[in-house]
Amino acid sequence: MIDHLRSIPVEFFWLFGALLVLLSIASAVAAVLSRRPADEKLAASRANLTARINAWWVMVGILAVAFLAGSTMTLILFALASFFALREFITLTPSRPGDRLPLSLAFFLVLPLQFVLIGMARYGIFAIFIPVYAFLLLPSIAALRSDIEDFLSRTAKQQWGLMVTVYCLSHAPALLMLDIPGGPKRSALLLFYLLLVVQMSDVMQYVFGKLFGRTRIAPVVSPSKTVEGFVGGGLAATAIGSAMFWITPFTWVESAAISAVIVLMGFLGGLTLSAVKRSLGAKDWGVMIEGHGGMLDRTDSICFAAPVFFHIVRFFYT
Amino acid sequence: MRPSSALLVGVVKLLVGAYGRWIGTAPGPAQRIYFANHTSHIDTLAIWSSLPRALRRRTRPIAARDYWGSGLKKYIATRGFGAVLIDRAREHAEVDPLEPLRAALREGDSLIIFPEGTRGAAALPAKFRSGLFRLASEFPSVELIPVYLDNLHRSLPKGALLPVPVVCTVRFGAPVSRIPDESKEAFLERARDAVIALADPKATA
Repeated sequence: MIDHLRSIPVEFFWLFGALLVLLSIASAVAAVLSRRPADEKLAASRANLTARINAWWVMVGILAVAFLAGSTMTLILFALASFFALREFITLTPSRPGDRLPLSLAFFLVLPLQFVLIGMARYGIFAIFIPVYAFLLLPSIAALRSDIEDFLSRTAKQQWGLMVTVYCLSHAPALLMLDIPGGPKRSALLLFYLLLVVQMSDVMQYVFGKLFGRTRIAPVVSPSKTVEGFVGGGLAATAIGSAMFWITPFTWVESAAISAVIVLMGFLGGLTLSAVKRSLGAKDWGVMIEGHGGMLDRTDSICFAAPVFFHIVRFFYT
Repeated sequence: MRPSSALLVGVVKLLVGAYGRWIGTAPGPAQRIYFANHTSHIDTLAIWSSLPRALRRRTRPIAARDYWGSGLKKYIATRGFGAVLIDRAREHAEVDPLEPLRAALREGDSLIIFPEGTRGAAALPAKFRSGLFRLASEFPSVELIPVYLDNLHRSLPKGALLPVPVVCTVRFGAPVSRIPDESKEAFLERARDAVIALADPKATA
């Protein structure tokens, strides 16, 4: 136990302590604010604020788990997140009786296996398992049921859901398996780095959008995304990311460039999943569920940023 | 709550969410008959899990003895969620199958029943059978709450072995009133319409 704790880089304790203090202040402020009287719009903004702060608590929790309980526990946490995200996706995707077996297999076989392969650090297999094997076999099973109604659109939507919610998201904990200089605890810091930049980018784009937002980027898809919000928030998140270079194997210039890529991918993830969601007829992934934020609303940016960040680190730093 | 119940509720929530939405009524201690559309084996558990914990202890689902009456399923039904087992097959023709339900109502418990009598494949319920009418007239003080289970026909329909995890919303509507001298058919039709009205989330949001 003592040896295990000694092997944890000292940066972790600094980060963890600083975040706990900051978050406690944020939660206290939000709690005080929510007691003040407010009209409907203001109350909605405050609820949004609370949801974002809670997302940060979750992130800090994952950080703590990744370091203190180890990579297996982190994989289980992300597998659960994938499960809930896929459940939301499938709920809003029309299916027919012939899809039942492939869908059950997606949840109970493909999803766990993907995370097991990551746990075994078998990059050669986990990188192709869903894009090739699930892609070929799940529709084949559906085809055996001889139901051709909307066949292509049904199987395409299911594969899309599996790719985003399981394959893409699983690249975040896959960072723990990378053999970067400094050992496995260093790769846990990379997972933290990814989550930090993505979340910072979301928060900063939200803040800049509220303050200066005028020009909407794609009004039909996502009315809250503006050029001003994206540029201002993206630059701020990039600055924060580059300032965090000391927990990574990157120089600060590299860290700025990599943060910019994470920001861009996260933005595209939010935008694209928003378009998917609207084409399926919902505004929020969790809209049918009162008091439930929606796992995909919280993880859409990570789904898009994680694989690209993973590849950058794997190709250039291992 | 017993550990077996907590485990059961946890599994149900993981698989199908079972998020309760109280649209026409609020959860409360009043004695009630919840009646719902029936499409899957998880229905009973989904409604029961969606209730606030305090209400679960006094709310008893009805389960068919021919399915839930033996082995592990019996253990789950009686120890897990305190089910009232009834004879669908009418093995004992002289005994009224509603008798165990009356006993539970007399003890002050609330009930969860499926007036279609069997599971259907469609999203909307089939014709209701008369049990609900008889209980409604014999126990006039018990509130009749229509419940619509969304999406469960996609999760574990008749004949399926493995569930598909989908998010299920359990919508609780306003109590169905009793109209003096209403015919059985008219009452059952009205009760069924109350469940169907909850099927459209836009109409009730």
